[in-house]
Amino acid sequence: MTRYFTEDHEWIEVDGSTATVGITDYAQSQLGDIVFVEVPGEGASVTKGGEAAVVESVKAASDVYSPVSGIVTEGNPALEDDPALVNSAPEGDGWFFKLTIADTGELDGLMDESAYKDFVAGL
Amino acid sequence: MNAPNQSGWRPTMTLDRRDGGGTATGNRALMLEEPLIFEIGNTHTCGVDLPEPSTRANRLGGMARESEIGLPGLSEPETIRHYTRLSRQNYAIDLGLFPLGSCTMKHNPRLNEKVARMPGFLDVHPLQPVDTVRGALEVINELAVWLIELTGMHGVAMTPKAGAHGELCGILCIRAALEARGDPREVILVPESAHGTNPATAAFAGYRVENIPATAEGRVDLEALKARLGPDVAGVMITNPNTCGLFERDMKAISDAVHAAGGLVYCDGANFNAIVGRVRPGDLGIDAMHINLHKTFSTPHGGGGPGSGPVVLSEALAPYAPLPFVTRRADGTVELIEEENAGAEHPHTFGRMCAFHGQMGMFTRALAYILSHGADGLRQASGDAVLNANYILRSCEDLLDAPFGASGPCMHEALFSDKDFAEGLSTLDLAKGMIDEGFHPMTMYFPLVVHGAMLVEPTETESKAGLDQLILALRSLAERARSGDESLKTAPHFAPRRRLDETLAARKPVLAWDGPLAPAGTPTLSEQGGS
Repeated sequence: MTRYFTEDHEWIEVDGSTATVGITDYAQSQLGDIVFVEVPGEGASVTKGGEAAVVESVKAASDVYSPVSGIVTEGNPALEDDPALVNSAPEGDGWFFKLTIADTGELDGLMDESAYKDFVAGL
Repeated sequence: MNAPNQSGWRPTMTLDRRDGGGTATGNRALMLEEPLIFEIGNTHTCGVDLPEPSTRANRLGGMARESEIGLPGLSEPETIRHYTRLSRQNYAIDLGLFPLGSCTMKHNPRLNEKVARMPGFLDVHPLQPVDTVRGALEVINELAVWLIELTGMHGVAMTPKAGAHGELCGILCIRAALEARGDPREVILVPESAHGTNPATAAFAGYRVENIPATAEGRVDLEALKARLGPDVAGVMITNPNTCGLFERDMKAISDAVHAAGGLVYCDGANFNAIVGRVRPGDLGIDAMHINLHKTFSTPHGGGGPGSGPVVLSEALAPYAPLPFVTRRADGTVELIEEENAGAEHPHTFGRMCAFHGQMGMFTRALAYILSHGADGLRQASGDAVLNANYILRSCEDLLDAPFGASGPCMHEALFSDKDFAEGLSTLDLAKGMIDEGFHPMTMYFPLVVHGAMLVEPTETESKAGLDQLILALRSLAERARSGDESLKTAPHFAPRRRLDETLAARKPVLAWDGPLAPAGTPTLSEQGGS
């Protein structure tokens, strides 16, 4: 399994043609206490760079973009009752959705972990 | 009143005995503890004595309520005291400076109120025969003429009831105009610093929203905008002055480029109060702009309303304006244009935004403000608002980071960031400190393009002495935030309530009382001695 990152602070963990998407620890720290998360349902079609989920904190509401195109296989049901999971475990239990990747070639432009660390350090 | 209420939370004023004593009632002189109304009254008392009805025939069938309705019973003085006590814990523009950036909390002149309460305006009903409301129609028309004059536009839709409602009206006019020429388009471009309502409006009207980036100095990136324009772009929505408190100097060039590409220009006029009497949006090529009467022309707002958002329209869009509206005939009379007579007069209207004529009470207040200021007074008000904001910006920028301080003078609001705060201290902490200093906090975390944004709008209402008090507070709090003052993290310390758990309130809101009411026999407030 390989993990990639976007400049919009989403992560995507790829396992063959399926993947899990969430927002990074940096993203949750900037948002502050998260109070509401809306994730896409099974069967939803998402496009690379398109709006896929919504996250709302005490400070702001933000869109979460899909790092790649594909069909959603599952939205994280735990986030409805416990949005704080995104604060406590953004890159673990606080995942947003799983999807089947339409074109793994779309992963090419994404950052790996060390590149993302450098990217965040430069912000 | 010691049992925790439904949220599990209980006031702390009685427990916080910093002076070592506290009081038996929990009150501190005029700072009064006040329970919820459900904790005061009970279902077994009633505020008024009514005879039992002689007939109680049930005409509701199976819909009749079988259980108690559960409303607390309080006498009139108890009710009045409850709400008056709560109102004393509130902050209002009549109490002090209200620096809520983008909201324009300016003084509401009492003259406006006097005019609005004249019976001929106060007691009219929208279904009265037109001949009995000529004066009210004159007011609507007179205000419309002023709004057209101040903006250099061609027409105005008076009915929208608030800013976002006005946005929707303007975008629907754009949609109607494009569809009328057989060229429906799909995309509305919105700068990343836009009011959140702009993309929401465009999406609600069926458009796809795309962002335009800002330049490093906080203005719309004209080149990026030009590069995106094309046959699919219906228009742009631009706030000018923008939410970074800056005037969009390239506005005319933006309009020209959008028009050349076949699109139309919507301007969010929420910040029009900064440029009244100085710039006419019509001269900048704008096709539609809402005017927040409740901001620019001092009609009261806050707490959710009422607002009023008339939309001025260019020659290209005016034919599509919604019904109803008033127009002046050659013989001097005003006439109401509605569906019955729109066929000949106004055949291209896209429909209605609301049932009747808009916010009449706001029209009278706004017109009173405009007429009492006159053209020169309106021009001075916008100038004073900008001067006051710049005074705050330049008086604080050595201690509070001003991200666009180098972009020239700000308009009516000063924007700061939390860049120089010590580790662990944030904009929220400074805002809570404002409460201790006796001010309503400024707008926080908006616009989103600035980290830890603090948006301060003093308006022209404030005297220099008032501004100096605010600056004193801001500078003191900025120094505490920079030096890492731990006590700021738990502010406010002197308010009736300490820092509230906003996260818990948002995650697990308690919106309705479904707990027990006070049991029968509980002494009412007056029986307790009116404490």
